Amino acid sequence: MSQIPALIPTSLLLFALVSLLVGLRSARGAQLLAVAGMLFAFGVSALGLREVAFGGDTLRYAVGNWLPPIGIEFVFDSLAAYMTTLLTFTGAVVTVYAPKALAAETDGRQGMVYPSMLLVLAGLTGMCVTGDIFNLYVFLEVAALAAYALLALGERGAPVATLRYLLFGAVGGGFYLLGVAYLYFAAGTLNMAELATLLPELQESRAVIVAAVLMVLGLAIKMALFPMHFWLPDVYTNTASVPAALIAPIMTKVSAYAIIRLWLDVFPPGFFTEGVPIAAAIGWFSAAGILYGSVLAIAQHDYRRMLAYSSVGQLGYIGLGIGLANPIAMVGALLHIVNHAFMKGLLFMVGGVIKLRTGRTRIPEFVGIGRAMPWTMVAFTIGALAMVGIPPTAGFFSKWYLLLGSAEAGAWVWFAVIVASSLLSAIYFFRVIEMIYRDPERDSAVKDREPVEADGAPVSMAVPIGIMAGGIMVAGIFNVLIVRALLESVVAPLAGGG
Amino acid sequence: MTVEFIEIARYPYILIVALLLVGLYGMTVKRNLLKKVIGMTIFQTSIYLLFIQGATKQGATIPVLDPALGNEDPTLYMNPLPQVIVLTALVVGVAITAVALSLLVLLYRRYGTLDEVELLRRMKEQAS
Repeated sequence: MSQIPALIPTSLLLFALVSLLVGLRSARGAQLLAVAGMLFAFGVSALGLREVAFGGDTLRYAVGNWLPPIGIEFVFDSLAAYMTTLLTFTGAVVTVYAPKALAAETDGRQGMVYPSMLLVLAGLTGMCVTGDIFNLYVFLEVAALAAYALLALGERGAPVATLRYLLFGAVGGGFYLLGVAYLYFAAGTLNMAELATLLPELQESRAVIVAAVLMVLGLAIKMALFPMHFWLPDVYTNTASVPAALIAPIMTKVSAYAIIRLWLDVFPPGFFTEGVPIAAAIGWFSAAGILYGSVLAIAQHDYRRMLAYSSVGQLGYIGLGIGLANPIAMVGALLHIVNHAFMKGLLFMVGGVIKLRTGRTRIPEFVGIGRAMPWTMVAFTIGALAMVGIPPTAGFFSKWYLLLGSAEAGAWVWFAVIVASSLLSAIYFFRVIEMIYRDPERDSAVKDREPVEADGAPVSMAVPIGIMAGGIMVAGIFNVLIVRALLESVVAPLAGGG
Repeated sequence: MTVEFIEIARYPYILIVALLLVGLYGMTVKRNLLKKVIGMTIFQTSIYLLFIQGATKQGATIPVLDPALGNEDPTLYMNPLPQVIVLTALVVGVAITAVALSLLVLLYRRYGTLDEVELLRRMKEQAS
């Protein structure tokens, strides 16, 4: 029994409690505690990652020493290690970035924001390490509740958008729980490993099929898979920069992770592809979502709304990787979880800097930002290029794996969708890049627009942005290493005809 | 008579499904945001009832192995796990409702209404 799996969510919970108490007095103290907590969890995840990737053993922890399948089990395998390391890393970076943006966009009591951020992370990492389908529901809702509290910060529209998200989220969680009920009554256990041994005999059972459909449907709502994405654009547009930078990169991906986990480790091989065409359904909805999100992103004038629609499209890539159901496409989907987290985190953080320094959020007003804050815009350009998928940024490689996967599966429609959406995202990102580097004095088309006069990003915001930009490049250059050490073993079950 | 017996055993499930649909109807059709939250609560409650109903057993007793209480036959025990699950899920549900209600309070203070259409109209008015 290893302590690592349990240590990640519980240390975050503990830090949340302490930083809540400190936060009543001092926002600064709460922030330092939050950074410390996330770095601690990141350190533990990284240690675990090393052990899993190079030692080859899955780490297990039985909660309260009740051995599985009776007790709840935490399982720390390559996939969980991959996810928790990403989550805690992103969390730490955003927490470092937070204070200046929060001070500008919220009135008072910023000390209460940091405990919520820690709780979101505790919930999300808990979802990744748990080996129990009901426990996953509890962590899902822990993360969601803290996220609602965070997202309601921000502009005037934020509470309405958040309430809608809450209602959608409650239905999503409800469907998942309903699926858990069916599965429990069919198989008599909640432990994932135990279910995996029991379900092959039961896969003809109607209860199991209904359970699978309900669980995936619930998670798809939480993941904002098209056409269940309606809550997402309003939420991301109206919320403050910090919650957007924290939630947008990681929250929806963890639901995608949960679908992948159910598929690979709970339901029998081939169940999602042959018995019930769940994978194909996810794939087609994703393909539609990619096109829909990309086209609507072009139509947006608000920077954050554009990013939100682009998120709908980018989540489609992950869904497409699930839909293609072959190892190489699944590797693409898993890589895209990390890449998109870096890219969207970076882009939302840049948006926060622009808003802080200039108060602008509309793209046509971005004229001349490239001269006012050159380094931030270099980072932005790296993020935008990665979104389009230009090598050697990380965005290229996940799309490359997805293209290889769809070629292998002979899914030429999806192949075309991926290529087309790269072109579409080139349109909406180059539009922004063009605007920020335009010079009103020499360019007659934007002569009447007021150029931005502002300072560059403050150090506490510039460093996290730089780290994210570096992350995009590193994840791109070392993608082969990530795939070899971690992901190949994760997708191995798919190779056997699944 | 057997047929009738099966029918009766299914009544609770039919009621649970009805309750679930009532909840979803409330969430989607009602214009008042408070009623949407009430619909959400009904929807969640129906799921809890499904767990409880699935674990019910005629003539069953508490799952404590104690001859002094007369419980020696394990087949007579009521499965406690679904009830523990519901207890946990209830707590989650209460927390969701609490967050939803606090958002409603915030909205009512800002806009003086909980009617969705009217609220969106007032939001636009204030923005412009």
